[in-house]
Amino acid sequence: MSSRRSRSRQQSGTSRITDDQITDLVSKLQQLLPELRNRRSDKVSAAKVLQETCNYIRNLNREADDLSERLSELLATTDTAQAALIRSLLMQ
Amino acid sequence: MSMNNPKQRLLLPGNPSGGSSSCIKSRFTRGFLRALIKMKKQNYNQPTSSSSSSSSRREVFRRRYRRVKIAADKSMAVAVGSTRLWSRAMLSRIRHQYQQQRWRYHRSNFNHQPIKVKRLVIEKKKKEKLRIKQKEEGSDDHHRRGLRDAGELRKLVPGGEGMDICSLLDETAHYIKCLVTQVQVMKSIDQFYSIN
Repeated sequence: MSSRRSRSRQQSGTSRITDDQITDLVSKLQQLLPELRNRRSDKVSAAKVLQETCNYIRNLNREADDLSERLSELLATTDTAQAALIRSLLMQ
Repeated sequence: MSMNNPKQRLLLPGNPSGGSSSCIKSRFTRGFLRALIKMKKQNYNQPTSSSSSSSSRREVFRRRYRRVKIAADKSMAVAVGSTRLWSRAMLSRIRHQYQQQRWRYHRSNFNHQPIKVKRLVIEKKKKEKLRIKQKEEGSDDHHRRGLRDAGELRKLVPGGEGMDICSLLDETAHYIKCLVTQVQVMKSIDQFYSIN
């Protein structure tokens, strides 16, 4: 099954990509977006899904940036940081 | 838009039914924490006192922030492994940045001039590739309808510029899941810090 799928995917890579494959992947993507998750997939255009995907990735990147900044400050200021980190690593 | 799921706290063991995504999560958490500990051990708070000018202090802060950021991305990519295109692209990008950073750091130690980030040669090559790719796919129906925007997405997903549309969408879905995990874990580390 999986080999067949990968073969068909390879073929599509070289020659044609079917509409079904695209819509399937786009609706999978839609499920991951909090903005569009609860909407019916036929109500949302592929362009809209892609646009929202871009926004969502940008938001997540920004959030990760902010958290990196916070963590780097905490790491620099706290004396007990190392101990706390090790503890959380052990408890993980 | 809150992604703070109380059930998925850092300190609780990931639910075993979660499959590979919880596996990636715990691998990422472990790797990232290890990187942070290593950073802390290598006298993290080095030259702040000796170089007191505000610009160099800002430089130190910036470098610290970048180290944490790179550690987060690297641990994420390592946790995912090499089966994904985006994680491979991310790792090679980090490797490249690291080399460049070392070079810049080296240079800034000798002359204290503001450092301009040069455009990477690799990026140029990628853009060239993309232009060719777009020319090839320009005749494709999907690009006429709806999916014209994929160019924007390509820039956001690591390695996205060389992918065909199917793998781009597939990789994007996986990348988003991993980014969400990354943010979740970093948030809970931050919380853990604030409490202790």
